[in-house]
Amino acid sequence: MSSTLRIVNGKVYDPINGVDGEIRDICIKDGKIVEDVPSDAPRIDAKGMVVMPGGVDIHCHIAGPKVNLARKLQPEDHRFDVHPRTRFTRSGSGGTVPSTFATGYRYALLGYTTAMDAAVPPMGARHTLEEFHDTPIIDKGFYIILGNNLLLYQLLKEGRYRELRDAVAWWVNATKAFTIKLVNPGGVEVWKERRNANVTNLDDKVDAFDVTPRQIIEALVNVANELGLPHPAHIHCNNLGIPGNYKITLETMRTVEGRRVHFAHIQFHCYGGEPGGKMTSKAPEIAEYINKHPEVSADVGQVMFGKATTMTGDAPLGWMLRRISGNKWVNADVEHEGGCGIVPFVYKERNYVHALQWAAGLELFLLSEDPWRLVLSTDHPNGGSFLSYPRLIRLLMDREFRNEQIRKVNQRAIRQTVLLDNLDREYTLYEIAIITRAGPAKLLGLKNKGHLGVGADADITIYTEDEDKEKMFSTPRYVIKDGKVIIKEGEFCADHEGRLLHSAPEYDREIEEVIRPFFEQYYTVQFANYPVPENYLHNHEVVPTRQS
Amino acid sequence: MTDVRVVENATCTFCGCVCDDIILTVEGDRITQAKNACTLGKAWFTEHTIEDRPVALVDGREAALQEAVEAAARILVESRFPVIYGLSDTTCEAQREAVAIADYIGANIDTTTSVCHGPSGIAFQGVGESTATLGEIKNRADLVIYWGGNPAEAHPRHFTRYSVTPKGMFVPRGRKDRTVVLVDVRRTPSARAADIFIQVKPGKDFEVLWALRALVKGRPVPSFIEEETGVPLATLQDLVERMKNCRYGVLFFGMGLTMTRGRHFNSGALLALVTDLNEYTHFVAKPVRGHGNVTGADNVLSWQTGFPFAVNFSRGFPRFNPGEFTTVDLLARGEADAALIIASDPASNFPRPAIEHLRRIPVIALDPKPTYTTDIAKVAFTTATYGINVAGTVYRMDDVPIYLRPAFPSPYPSDEEVLRAIKVRVCELLDIPLPNGKHH
Ligand code: SF4
Ligand SMILES: [Zn+2]
Repeated sequence: MSSTLRIVNGKVYDPINGVDGEIRDICIKDGKIVEDVPSDAPRIDAKGMVVMPGGVDIHCHIAGPKVNLARKLQPEDHRFDVHPRTRFTRSGSGGTVPSTFATGYRYALLGYTTAMDAAVPPMGARHTLEEFHDTPIIDKGFYIILGNNLLLYQLLKEGRYRELRDAVAWWVNATKAFTIKLVNPGGVEVWKERRNANVTNLDDKVDAFDVTPRQIIEALVNVANELGLPHPAHIHCNNLGIPGNYKITLETMRTVEGRRVHFAHIQFHCYGGEPGGKMTSKAPEIAEYINKHPEVSADVGQVMFGKATTMTGDAPLGWMLRRISGNKWVNADVEHEGGCGIVPFVYKERNYVHALQWAAGLELFLLSEDPWRLVLSTDHPNGGSFLSYPRLIRLLMDREFRNEQIRKVNQRAIRQTVLLDNLDREYTLYEIAIITRAGPAKLLGLKNKGHLGVGADADITIYTEDEDKEKMFSTPRYVIKDGKVIIKEGEFCADHEGRLLHSAPEYDREIEEVIRPFFEQYYTVQFANYPVPENYLHNHEVVPTRQS
Repeated sequence: MTDVRVVENATCTFCGCVCDDIILTVEGDRITQAKNACTLGKAWFTEHTIEDRPVALVDGREAALQEAVEAAARILVESRFPVIYGLSDTTCEAQREAVAIADYIGANIDTTTSVCHGPSGIAFQGVGESTATLGEIKNRADLVIYWGGNPAEAHPRHFTRYSVTPKGMFVPRGRKDRTVVLVDVRRTPSARAADIFIQVKPGKDFEVLWALRALVKGRPVPSFIEEETGVPLATLQDLVERMKNCRYGVLFFGMGLTMTRGRHFNSGALLALVTDLNEYTHFVAKPVRGHGNVTGADNVLSWQTGFPFAVNFSRGFPRFNPGEFTTVDLLARGEADAALIIASDPASNFPRPAIEHLRRIPVIALDPKPTYTTDIAKVAFTTATYGINVAGTVYRMDDVPIYLRPAFPSPYPSDEEVLRAIKVRVCELLDIPLPNGKHH
C-alpha cells in the first residue's frame, strides 16, 4: 500500500538544499520525499504558508529516570496545565516536565518531529526506552553519560586506551544510545566520594583514580571521533553557572582543538567574574572562539523567563541551585555512572543573574557567524520549556520586540552585555530554519532529516506566514510525520509512533571480558541482565557511523 | 521423563529487592531449585504450580477468554465511575495497558502504593529526596541506618546483597567498614545485624526525626525528649555525630515509619533530615519498598500521567488527589460503580466499609491464584505469573528496571495480554481509533 501527497504553492525553506523561500511543490511517497507523485495524488494547498522540514531538537531532557523524578516531584506544575485526550491522542499533563504522551504531542504541535534527550545514565537506558515507547509522533534518541564512569576511569588511569574505546562502543551498543555525553567530567564522582565536593579546574585530580577532567575530556572526545559516532562527544563543561567559568570553557575547547566536538547549553558556560562574586557576560569571547573554529558546534541553552525545572546529571550543580533557591531538591546517584540533581526554578526579569543569563544567550545568537554550528535550545526544561521556542524565535527575528523586552529586564545586567551596542541583527526565516532543523540535523549526522530533498524523511511543518513570529511558530497549520498528516488546521487528525534513533559502533567483543569482572565485583545488576534487549526498541533505526 | 533445564540470571519478584542473580533448575512445569534466593524467594519459585482453573469465570461459570473479555469491556464501558486498582505485582507492560484503559474510559486508577509508601510519595513531592541506586550503597556507604523496617524478615537479602555485608569499591572490608544502626519501635530480628539499636516509643518517630534535625543544625533539644520518645538525648547526639562525620550515609525507611501516626509527615521529616545532612557530607535516603513491582507502577503512572498514584481521568485528563482518588477512600465512601483489580486482593486486606462496597459492584479480577477478590468477581481471569511464566519489566526499589527471564510457559495468558484485549474491545465499543491497532 503506497501513500502519496503533494504540497503545492508553499514558500519552501530548505537550507540544506539552498532553497530560500521559493514556491515549490513537495512530493511525498511512503514516508519519504520523492521527485514526483501522480497528478491525482492528494494535495495540500499551502498558499500563503511557509513549508519547512520538521524541527530537530539537539538537546533536551524528555525521558528517563531523572525526568520521571522531576515529573513526580511537581504535581503543582501539572495541575494548571492539563492535556486532555482527543479522539486520536492520549491525555497527559503538562507544565515544564510534561508526561510522555503530552511531550510527544506538544513537540508535534510546535512542528518539531525529532528530539534528543541529552543525558541518560547507561543504567537508565531501559527506563528511557520504555518512556520513549510512550512518547508519540516524534523520532528520538538519547546520549549516555560516560564522563563519570568508574570503569572508564580505571582504564584511563592504566593507559589502556584501546580497551577504553571498545568499552565506550560496548556501552553505546548495550544501551542503544545515539552518542556519548560528558557532564561535569570528574565532578560528579568527587561529589559522591568526597563529601559533596566538586572539581573546579581541568587538572584537579579525581582522587581514587588519579585522573583529571582534562584527561577524561580528551580521551572521550577522541574515542567518539574514532568510533565515528554520528554526533561527536556532547560536552557539558565543568563549573556550569559559576562566575568566571568562561575560562574553563575556553580551556576545554582548546584542549580538544581541531577535533569534532559539541558543547551543550554554552550560555551557561560563558560568564565572567570571580566565583562567589558578581557575574558578567563573556558571551562575545565564547562566540568568537566558536566562529573561528569550524570543528566546534554548540547549542545555546537560552534562558526564558518564568517557570523552569533544572534537571541535570551535574549533581553538585543541583545542590548549588538548591542552596540558591531554597526549593525542594532531588539528588540521585547512579552506581559507577553518575548522578543527578533536580530543582524547580523560576527565572525572573528583575533578577540580575537571571537577566544576565537571558541576555548572554541572546548575545551568543546575535554574534554567531555560522548558524549551522550554533543552534537553538533552551536545554529544556533547564532554561525554560521547549514550548517557549516560538517566543525565542520572535526575539531573534523581531528587533523591535526584542528591544522592548530588553527594556523590561534588570538594566544593570543589560549594561554588562553588548545587547544595546547596535546589535540590531534580525534572523531571517532561512536562518531560523537552520538553527531549528537543518543545523541540528547536520550536527547529529541525520542525513534524512532537516531537509526536503529527495530521499529525506517526510517530516514537514507548514506554518501560516505571520508578522508575529511567536504566533506563527506556535501554531503550525499542518504537521506531517513520515508522510502522514498528523496535524491539520492545528488539530490532531491521527496518532503516530515515531522511531528510536541509535548508533551501533563496531568494537572488539573481547572487551566483555574486561567489563564482566567489573560488573561482578561492583554492580548490583547481573552483567547478563544489563544490556537492553531488542524488544525495547520497537520502531527503530540505526544511524550509520561516520566511517561506514 | 521430564527434561531438566537451568535458567541463569533469573529474577525474583517476591520483594522489592528484585534479585536478578537467581539460578533456577526447571523440571517440566516445576522449579526444583532456586539457587541464590533467600527462603522467601525459594518458596516463591519452588512452590509455584500452575493452577488447574478455567482461564476465566463469568458470574462463577466457566467462560472462554473472549467471552470474559467482552463481559469485562462492557462492564467498564457501561459504568460511570470505574476504578482500576492493584498493579504492583505485574509487569510494567501490563501496567501501561491498565493506564491506557483508564484513559479511554475516564476511570480512576490507583496502585497498592496508596496503602504502603503513598505517604513517602507525598513527602517526596513536598521536600524532594536525596537518593541512590543500591550499588552506590554497596560500594560507598559507611553508615547504614534502617528506620521502621525489618529487612531481615521482609527483604532477606537486603543486608547481604546491597547494604551491610558486601565488600565495595570504597568499603573494601565490607561489614567491617560500615556502621549499622536500626531504629524501630521494637527489637526485631534485624537488630542482630546492627551495631546500634535505638528503640523509639510507638508513634514518636516524627519527634525523634525533628529532634535530630535540630541537633544537626546545632539547635538545642530539651532533655525531656527521652521521656517523650524513649530515646536519651545522648543517644541522639551520638547518632548526629556519626551522621555528620560519615563519608557516605544512607537512611533506609520502611512502613513502620510511613503507615504509623504522622505518615507523610514522618517520611517528610526523614527526607528533610537527609537533605540537611548534605551540608556536611554525602547522605541519601531510600524507602524500602515491598511488593515486587510497586516501584514500576509508580514510574509508569508518573510518566503516563505525571502522578505516581491516586489518579482520576473522569474529566478526560489526569488529576491527582490522595484521599479523594485513593481506592480505599473512594470505596469506603461508596463512590465507584465498577472495579478492575489487577494482581491484588483488596477484598481480603481493605478495611470493612471498602470491602462491603466492593461486594456491591461488578468486579473484574486478574490473578494467577484464586483470592477473596476473584471470589467476589463477576469476571475473573486466571493469568500467568510474572517472572516465572511471563517476561516483562520490573523496577527494583531503587528505580532500576530489570527484564524478567521466565522459567517456563503457562497455559494462561499474561495480565498484559488480557488487559490489551480488554483495551482493544473497549476502544471498539467507544469508537476510539487505535494507532496501528496496537500502540498506546
Ligand atoms: S530478597 Fe526478595 S527478591 Fe531477593 S530472593 Fe529474597 S524474596 Fe526474592
Ligand atoms: Zn541539558
